[in-house]
Amino acid sequence: MSTENQKPRVAFFDFTSCEGCQLNKLNFENELLDILELVDIVEFREAMDDKADEYDIAFIEGSISTPACIERIHDIRRRSKYIVALGQCAVSGGINAIKNNQPSEWVRETVYGKDKYLFPSIPAMPVSAVVHVDFEVRGCPMSTPEYLHIFKSLILGRKPEVINYAVCVECKQNENECVLDKGMFCLGPITRAGCDAVCPENGQYCIGCRGVISNLNKNGAVEMLKKHGFSVKEAVKKMDMFNTNDLKKVISWGRE
Amino acid sequence: MSKDLKIDVHHVTRVEGHGNIVVDMKNGVLHKAQLDIVEPPRFFEAMLKGRSFLEAAIITSRICGICSLGHQMTSLKATESALGLEISEQTEILRKILVHGSTFQSNVLHSLFLAAPDFLNVGSVFPLVNTHKDVVLGALRLKALANEIGDIISGRAVHPISIVPGGFTKLPSEKELETIREKLINQGLPDALFAADVVTSLAGEVPVFERETEYISVYSDKEYGLYDGDIKSSDAGIFPVASYLDVTNEFIVPHSTSKHTKFNRSSYMAGALARFNNSYDLLSPKAKETAEKFGLKAPSHNPYHITLAQIVEVVHCIEDTIILIDKLLAGGIEAEKPNQEIKKYGRGIAVTEVPRGILFHDYTYNRRGIIEAANCIIPTGQNLANIDDDMKKLVPEIVDESKEAITKKLEMLVRAYDPCISCSVHMLDIEFIE
Repeated sequence: MSTENQKPRVAFFDFTSCEGCQLNKLNFENELLDILELVDIVEFREAMDDKADEYDIAFIEGSISTPACIERIHDIRRRSKYIVALGQCAVSGGINAIKNNQPSEWVRETVYGKDKYLFPSIPAMPVSAVVHVDFEVRGCPMSTPEYLHIFKSLILGRKPEVINYAVCVECKQNENECVLDKGMFCLGPITRAGCDAVCPENGQYCIGCRGVISNLNKNGAVEMLKKHGFSVKEAVKKMDMFNTNDLKKVISWGRE
Repeated sequence: MSKDLKIDVHHVTRVEGHGNIVVDMKNGVLHKAQLDIVEPPRFFEAMLKGRSFLEAAIITSRICGICSLGHQMTSLKATESALGLEISEQTEILRKILVHGSTFQSNVLHSLFLAAPDFLNVGSVFPLVNTHKDVVLGALRLKALANEIGDIISGRAVHPISIVPGGFTKLPSEKELETIREKLINQGLPDALFAADVVTSLAGEVPVFERETEYISVYSDKEYGLYDGDIKSSDAGIFPVASYLDVTNEFIVPHSTSKHTKFNRSSYMAGALARFNNSYDLLSPKAKETAEKFGLKAPSHNPYHITLAQIVEVVHCIEDTIILIDKLLAGGIEAEKPNQEIKKYGRGIAVTEVPRGILFHDYTYNRRGIIEAANCIIPTGQNLANIDDDMKKLVPEIVDESKEAITKKLEMLVRAYDPCISCSVHMLDIEFIE
């Protein structure tokens, strides 16, 4: 990190997002206070007027979705040692990327009508599509424990552990009845854990907000969904909510 | 007076989202006084097309992290109205409690941490940690309590999980509700009243500025309008929710990615002060006492009073939540599944008050429960034209003050309308310790 007697300089930036991740990270007040005694917050528009020239860690919330966003993220990258993408909008484009499935002209016309040309917009992209990203905190909203883990690791100079197993693992650890067995659809088998299976815990199905595991057993997942009476088409539609960009890049389900 | 004045505040701080204040005066003639909104557009209406009725609330929750509960609530009600899904009385009461919780959390943070420092002539909340430590800690406890209500009843305070069309996927236990009730009585209400007392001593610091405008809010004759009701305009009376387009009349201006609105004047106000002005009689007893302490009377035409009205509402929400929990506990919590049997299809329009003001969702569903068209009108957008109009009246009135003083009053004005997020609280708090 920075020179010996200097605390790491940390900055927060928000791009296209709902700012819910920023809210979520504050629900861990005690740990947050401890960590923040070890760092200097040098830039955070919501809280302060100050600006800095260089950062050790820049946390980025939100997707890249306008030409101005691209310019701004390049500028931040040049001045940062580490960039951490905070939340699914920054990690994969998140829910913003749903609009990428439709022609940009149509999308803008639907919302702004004849005034569509006033507001330039490009497909919603993850931060990593434009600049190098060092670490990611997934989820919508982001997982606060994961955020704390990465923050602590960086301050201590350790490499953070990356979770890359399915939500089913955590769901089973919590002794929940399988959501698919209950007759509901579920993306748990292919979605990255780290959320403590919070949606199945609350009677919902996994909506896939943390993105797809990297060692996906595609055929197995398809078989299991079929066994429970769901089609691949339905799965693609459901995945589309938080994984539009992943669907296009990682998986070719939609085109089979 | 022939003054030249140019103010350009790029990305106003201590507000949520990106906005610039632009003032341009030449030879005493005001050419421009406006709030430019430069937040990137999101296109939610387009995203909703083709989505199932079970997904609409999950998607619209992501419009705003702070008002995620309010967006879900409005979305669910629009869906239920379109598809003929009836909800139980228990579901309705639980939803009202959730709306109260999210309202008082947002109001506490905005009024005490973002607006109050301006009244004390300090740049942030840090100095308050020393001079008003009890209030700061009390407000943090209130925030935690509001979060707890969200966590227990909806699974998660930010982007709630268990509220779905037709009901809840998981219900809170009676014991959990009793715990919340105890905390509200023994801790929440005293904390809120104490904060109100401290703010009363500052009421003299609130800027004096009057501009009568049209006040628009949800109205119900049964309760203070928050969860549901008709639309009330202080100029023109009560309108059914179905006529919301006649009330909002959205229009696009080049200086804002957010649409503006107007009804009977060039602009109208939504939010805590509009609610206070339109529904004063329906406030809880202690909330009315709080307003009297502040010397706040309905109608108030001073936009800086939004902050005071927010504290009045905090007291109201806490008192009313206690009553609602008592009602639930009297009958006991009944195990029930969400009612998702589609009875009809077509258009459904719903309205809810979120902390910033009146929120509309309007969906059209096909027979399979898939969205064909969607429209959302959010409160911040509805207040933008009113902020511009306030600035145009305010700048000439204070033009003889220093540029710094004018800039500060304009920033305070914008802040008054924009309940900000809790992040600033903690960051500022920590910065102070260092």
